[in-house]
Amino acid sequence: MADGKAVAAGPPAAVVAKGDAAAGADPALFTFAEFDRDAGERIGWSNYSYWRSTLHMFLRNRVALFLLVLLGTILAFTFLQPLLPNQRSPTLINIDPATGRQFRNLVPSAEYWFGTNSIGQDLWSRIWSGTRTSLLIGIIVGVVEMVLGIAFGAIWGYVRKADRVFTEVYNVLNNIPTTIVLMLLAYIMRPSFQTMVIAMCAAGWHGVARFVRNQIVIIRDREYNLASRCLGTPTHRIIMKNLLPYLVSVIMLQTALSIPGTIGWEVFLTYIGIGLPVSIPSLGNLVNEGRLIMMAPELRYQLIFPTIVVSIITISFYVLGNAFSDASDPRNHV
Amino acid sequence: MAKYMLKRLAQSVVTLFIVVTAVFLLMRLLPVEGYLGERYDKLSPEQREAILQKMGLLDPWYVQIGSFYSKLAHGDLGTSAIYRKDVPVLQVIAPRVPYSVRFGLVAMALSLAAGLAMGVHMARYKGRFWDRTWTVYIVLINAVPSAVYLLFIQLYGTDLLKVPLLFDKYKFQSWVLPAISMSLGGIAGYAMWMRRFMVDELNKDYIKLARAKGMTSSAIMVRHVMRNAYVPMAQYLPAAILATVSGSIYIESLYSIPGMGGLLVDVIQRQDNPMVQALVLIFSSIGILGLFLGDVLMAAFDPRIKFAKSEGAR
Repeated sequence: MADGKAVAAGPPAAVVAKGDAAAGADPALFTFAEFDRDAGERIGWSNYSYWRSTLHMFLRNRVALFLLVLLGTILAFTFLQPLLPNQRSPTLINIDPATGRQFRNLVPSAEYWFGTNSIGQDLWSRIWSGTRTSLLIGIIVGVVEMVLGIAFGAIWGYVRKADRVFTEVYNVLNNIPTTIVLMLLAYIMRPSFQTMVIAMCAAGWHGVARFVRNQIVIIRDREYNLASRCLGTPTHRIIMKNLLPYLVSVIMLQTALSIPGTIGWEVFLTYIGIGLPVSIPSLGNLVNEGRLIMMAPELRYQLIFPTIVVSIITISFYVLGNAFSDASDPRNHV
Repeated sequence: MAKYMLKRLAQSVVTLFIVVTAVFLLMRLLPVEGYLGERYDKLSPEQREAILQKMGLLDPWYVQIGSFYSKLAHGDLGTSAIYRKDVPVLQVIAPRVPYSVRFGLVAMALSLAAGLAMGVHMARYKGRFWDRTWTVYIVLINAVPSAVYLLFIQLYGTDLLKVPLLFDKYKFQSWVLPAISMSLGGIAGYAMWMRRFMVDELNKDYIKLARAKGMTSSAIMVRHVMRNAYVPMAQYLPAAILATVSGSIYIESLYSIPGMGGLLVDVIQRQDNPMVQALVLIFSSIGILGLFLGDVLMAAFDPRIKFAKSEGAR
């Protein structure tokens, strides 16, 4: 083996392969490969690193990179905006000092960048405040769903005795359309931030659990896990050390996708009238306010601005989630 | 086969029972005063109590749930409290069923036909112009909240077709937009699935063998690829039914279609508890029925399914 390698890598072979004219004649071109005892000990080594390859693959995706920068800017701006000078409060009703009346439905101008709404609130600051609220809901729901989903999904997938029970529970939950669960829960609770979070978590966690369970069932009985079990590793340790690291990429994808989903549900529930109270600006509330006056073409800016923000955020999360999931798949690392 | 179906049916019935009970108990968490609605202020405390007593809302919960089951067994879903006061719920719902069913079926058919065609088209031109165009469509539909884009479809679509914003059952044109709106999500789902399926399947060895035998492309498609697509397609069907049901709630309300989905939104806004309860039960039953049908269809299509061993995955 060591010999073969040395010959293949050595300069003479390359020359033979390349040249043909006088190659056979000149003995100086040939040297014998020495037998190298140590070569057998040298291990083939590559500087492959999972996360570096993931990053590398991710950076190759131009669209995703652009959206990442865009989304990062928007997110940073969302949280920096209240700290900037000359920003109005999102709930302040602006009143004309001359006449004492509200600045209603002002079209976008230098003073009010995105105009004002039907009771004279500044749409610019409302949009950023609403984005903050909606993103916060999205992130909280995403994280809670993940934690619950992974915890239950891991037990469901790994502990065979629990499989039966979990499957039956899942079948019951999965039989009811998500929309109905959400509507029912939001309906019986008082409209508030907590209500939205609880309702969405309750409606979404079992989907994640099912997903994690399926992944775990696939890798549960691979040889390294069998070995681990034979050596007496406790179940929780196998789950934490052997199984979950395998799932990092898919879990990240699911979290990234749950954020646009949450924003969508929020818009929907607000439309029905069981979303957040109107006193809290959110993307759902803004879209709904815009919807109420959309029949007047000159006021459509109140619908279009929030829509643009919603679309940019949801599309970015969706595309980024998918791009990351592609990049983190080792089969794509070459 | 019969044994499997019976078992699956029993499972659905148990699920239905659990869902009915859970919904009933959840609805009992609401303050009973809600059942009085706008009359609340006009009534004296004694009158309120008398009315609630008559409705059976002050009984202990186990008495209430008992009478609820026995009424349900007789097909009585209760009476509306606010929306149309003292009219039986079923009477309110009955004239609305045809609209929902018609829209639902049209939307499902449309999404199946258009989605599969789109998926095949994408797989055929994989990596080229049409594939990319449809991919953009799928990303948009999946990422942007449907509550947002459907609004714009209504706003500009009605302008374009020159129809009134709200549904008019006598005008054929006003059936078009809601039906298309309801199928957009389904089209994206089917197309995405079909494309992946085709790309995977066309690379398999048995397709190569079929080509080597000299079969024509269309014969391969019909006799091999499509035949294999039935099973996963049946598997996807329940999800499509659930999605259509969910979508119909928003769209019916948006266009003021006199269907069940729009009704649910109405009664939630007006806080008519018995109506909400009845409609939630109906929608849940549709979901349960849809999943049952999906499983039965899958079993019928897939010769490989072993009925004896149906543990684990549903």
